[in-house]
Amino acid sequence: MENKVKLELMSKSSNEAFARIAIAAFVSQLDPTIEEIADIKTAVSEAVTNCIIHGYEEKEGLIYITCVINNREVTIEIKDNGIGIENIDMAKEPLYTSKPELERSGMGFTIMESFMDEMKIESIVGMGTKVTMKKVIK
Amino acid sequence: MNIKYDEVDKLLTCQITEEIDHHTTEKIRRILDDEIERYIPKRMVFDFDKVSFMDSAGIGMILGRYKMIRMLGGSMEMINVNSNVRKIFEMSGIPKIIQIN
Repeated sequence: MENKVKLELMSKSSNEAFARIAIAAFVSQLDPTIEEIADIKTAVSEAVTNCIIHGYEEKEGLIYITCVINNREVTIEIKDNGIGIENIDMAKEPLYTSKPELERSGMGFTIMESFMDEMKIESIVGMGTKVTMKKVIK
Repeated sequence: MNIKYDEVDKLLTCQITEEIDHHTTEKIRRILDDEIERYIPKRMVFDFDKVSFMDSAGIGMILGRYKMIRMLGGSMEMINVNSNVRKIFEMSGIPKIIQIN
């Protein structure tokens, strides 16, 4: 492991911008392109928003973010101790959302998957969800 | 956010001047819905010139306003959309229903 940062934040929507900017700043040591940084910021924003809206259903909780740099590969892990996901395959379906009343588009996981090189979701109902994403900076 | 209404053309122009995410869309939506209900515009233009970041929250926000404008008989378009924002819109299929100039 070459470098690592850990963040712990409250599940407040005002922290969405902080999370994506902090991770983008950490990754900037690899001298990524503007597009690569935009992709990472978007993926982090989607994952953190999911923790707030779905994991904690807009109640108070903690979000844990770890970002590791190994050579040119960035691994970002975003975890909550919220309600978990019952059906991961359904949650990943483009346009599926459990919260249409909040005007959610159901594109979060699709965006994370396509903007990053790899994405993995692990979830236990009642325990929480962890999303791990990887991207090689070229 | 800068909002301008042209009475003659019944044109509502909205320039968003902040990053668009779940946090900011709640406020943007509230302000815009009030303006739309007040003026019932024939045309609505979203100016993205000052939007440096947008995630999927922007998709829901734009689609929600689009439905509202259409229901009231108006049309919508978007201008000055940068490549990062465009990428998000393209994933959602929005360019097929809303014109991006």
